[in-house]
Amino acid sequence: MDQNVKLDEIKTKRQMTSDYIFRFIVPIVFIVLCGIGYNLSELQFTFVLNEVITRLARNSFLVISLIIPVIAGMGLNFGIVLGAIAGQIALVFVTDHSLGGLSGLLIAFLVSTPLAIVFGYLVGQVLNRAKGKEMITSMILGFFANGVYQLVFLVFAGTIIPFKTEKLIISTGMGVRNSVDLIGVRQALDNVWKIRPYQGLTVPMSTIIVVGLLCLTLTFFLRTKLGQEMRTVGQNMHIAEVSGINVDRTRITAIIISTVLAAWGQIIFLQNIGTLNTYGSHEQVGLFAVASLLIGGASVTKATYRQALLGTFLFHMLFIISPMAGQNLMGDSQIGEFFRVFVAYGVIGLALLLHAWQKRGKK
Amino acid sequence: MLTAEYLLQMKDVSKDYSGNRVLKGVNINIKAGEIHGLVGENGAGKSTLMNILFGMPVIHSTGGYEGDILIDGEVANPKSPKESMELGIGMVHQEFMLIPGFSITENIKLNREITKDNLFSRILGPKMKTLDFKKMGQDSREALDKLGMSIDEWLPVAGLPVGYMQFVEIAREIDKDNLKLLVFDEPTAVLAESEADRFLKIVRKLADMGIAILFISHRLDEIIEITDNITVLRDGEVVSNLITKDADVHKIAELMVGRKIESTNMDKIFKEETEDEDYILNIKDLYVDMPGEVVKGLNLKVRRGEILGIGGLGGQGKIGVANGIMGLYPTKGEILKNSESLPLNQPKKSLDLGVAFVTEDRRGVGLLLDDSIEHNIAISALQIKEKFIKKTAAIRMMDEKMVREHALDMIKELDIRCTGPKQLTRRLSGGNQQKVCIARALTLDPDIILVSEPTRGIDIGAKKIVLDLLVKLNKELGMTVIITSSELAELRSISDRIAIIFEGKLEGILAPNASDVDFGLMMAGEYGKEGVS
Repeated sequence: MDQNVKLDEIKTKRQMTSDYIFRFIVPIVFIVLCGIGYNLSELQFTFVLNEVITRLARNSFLVISLIIPVIAGMGLNFGIVLGAIAGQIALVFVTDHSLGGLSGLLIAFLVSTPLAIVFGYLVGQVLNRAKGKEMITSMILGFFANGVYQLVFLVFAGTIIPFKTEKLIISTGMGVRNSVDLIGVRQALDNVWKIRPYQGLTVPMSTIIVVGLLCLTLTFFLRTKLGQEMRTVGQNMHIAEVSGINVDRTRITAIIISTVLAAWGQIIFLQNIGTLNTYGSHEQVGLFAVASLLIGGASVTKATYRQALLGTFLFHMLFIISPMAGQNLMGDSQIGEFFRVFVAYGVIGLALLLHAWQKRGKK
Repeated sequence: MLTAEYLLQMKDVSKDYSGNRVLKGVNINIKAGEIHGLVGENGAGKSTLMNILFGMPVIHSTGGYEGDILIDGEVANPKSPKESMELGIGMVHQEFMLIPGFSITENIKLNREITKDNLFSRILGPKMKTLDFKKMGQDSREALDKLGMSIDEWLPVAGLPVGYMQFVEIAREIDKDNLKLLVFDEPTAVLAESEADRFLKIVRKLADMGIAILFISHRLDEIIEITDNITVLRDGEVVSNLITKDADVHKIAELMVGRKIESTNMDKIFKEETEDEDYILNIKDLYVDMPGEVVKGLNLKVRRGEILGIGGLGGQGKIGVANGIMGLYPTKGEILKNSESLPLNQPKKSLDLGVAFVTEDRRGVGLLLDDSIEHNIAISALQIKEKFIKKTAAIRMMDEKMVREHALDMIKELDIRCTGPKQLTRRLSGGNQQKVCIARALTLDPDIILVSEPTRGIDIGAKKIVLDLLVKLNKELGMTVIITSSELAELRSISDRIAIIFEGKLEGILAPNASDVDFGLMMAGEYGKEGVS
């Protein structure tokens, strides 16, 4: 029959519609930007590389935590702020109990997990009632959770919630201090295995291995029954429902996984930094992670860990070089800073816009 | 007891939606390996019957049904789609239940994936089992081979021709081990002719494998060609059970349409169209891209001062005609009004030129539901004709007083039952909402009024009032009325001529008193083929 002809048609059609350049346009633009910025900044290569590797190890976990909700069709989960909060609560807990080292860090992971599961469940419940508006809903939920977090840490801590370590509490006896020194767990994970291949270059191998394991687990997960169900739900909720998949439950599971990963991600992030900015560390987590993922070429409906890693790399590269580039170009490092903020928000706006256009195009 | 002679029996199945009886004591019996045709007009109750068979939530959330469904002689009465799947009932849907981003295999195995154990699944439960893509591929290959499809089972579904999608759906059903009964709902509607031929062969093959097949189609020649027995539904009742050998297209067409109109409109004289007549609207080669109701090259002339009915089965494009004339969907072709060309794709221009439209989607786009009756009536004229506007110190304001007076006039004239012009349209009954829509169209002083599905979702009493109103407008104001409706009886009761649309084209124009057979044949697209006497 004429089947062969038709199949050829399908294949060429696919190539044409996928339109490779357009697909990779965002990462390409950012690679070019990074290249120009790097030249302008006149920074040393080793310095930039060292910084980028540190930040890549520090941030990737958080960015990867966004992938599963994207696959389940829930868009970019700005609600990972709640996961970050769970992580921070766990870190304050271990610091308060003077637990340290790798074991202290593991306890922090353990403490954060049930919290994150509860938070994730609640977020999932809300998002199931706001189908199609997940992104804005999760963002507002993040703001709301921040308010509750402040209430607990500013008012309840030291009064209702007893603290063992007094220096964590403000001298009035109410509220956790603005910044908490994470002495016990500082770089606890990074220090397990670090290599210094060059002068001025430190590679936290253990953290990178953890991120690598996460990528492997993610790949494995997507080949499981549950992973397939999530992909189905992400593609078409109605068809999933008709073929007998419990859509609401699958969506909640996706958000719970994302929130738990975000909690762990925030712990990894903070153990590297070494200080917890009690009222600020979690605030921008959602925004920066989302921006990183999008810069890597992900969209609201499609994301892979490769995109997450590439995006994190590019985003933080821009972070490092833009102040110096701004300084050298305009004589003001603040200009570079402005540019970076503009880029972070701009790329999110652009990605959402592109998504809306594509959706309209399909109709 | 006898061993069950029939695989599926539906006994005395009745169903009503809030007092409106849509199925009345339907009996259908199907043997294993039999192909059973089910035909009927839109609204005859076919889809309700299928929803019952599939235990769709829409049935059980509206109070269930009466009667019994027997599978292999045992009462089954499925309460959810899952239960009916377990009973061995499969369905190939009219709109495909396929996920475009997945491969053919993944779609065939959707939520029935073959899995294998791994370390994590032993700890975390069966959801963590890995998919066995190799086995899934083999199974899919087998199912596709049964259908004689040599297509690669790993191709993505997106981009496949529709015919292939249909086959993928069938492959999914026959891949289920326990499949006993397969329902096809309008399977050939989306297929090209050669594909349809191949498809029918496959259906035959499936039946030979011992699967009972329930075949729903509007294409009567197909029904005759392929089925063993035919059930004809009309107004929720089985009007006839036929053995296909004894049936022909004419007979089925007649049974389908039936005599159900009063002879009030039988005195109209039908005149053939001539060149030099006074046509108010001349549509040439019109294409309208309205999803689900595509018009593909329609030619139609409308006489000044007539009531023209536009009929046809659902999805054939009749709704698209009025929407196209108004420019609400992408349109190409030519429309001449009073021999002047009507700009396409510009609703405002159409309104300016005296064409008014009462939409079929009353609650969606027809009304501002949370606004008052008076504003709803005035809004179009306010925007288009700049009526009801007064100037106060160079600021253009709506003249509330004029709007009120006009609304009161309309309420009186059209007998809109309401508490007053300030009442929100959401609170009105369907019939009265429709009157508000008509009132708004009238406020534009049109010379053509397009009315789509004016009686959809309103009760019988209100139906008559709305239809009478249209006749009154036509007689007293000399307005040209173009009414589109799925209910043939309604068209026949008021129209001067009825145009039947089939596959996006004009199949033919009939007098309202033409025979049932002619209407039936035309709606099934058989009129031209048979050379009717």
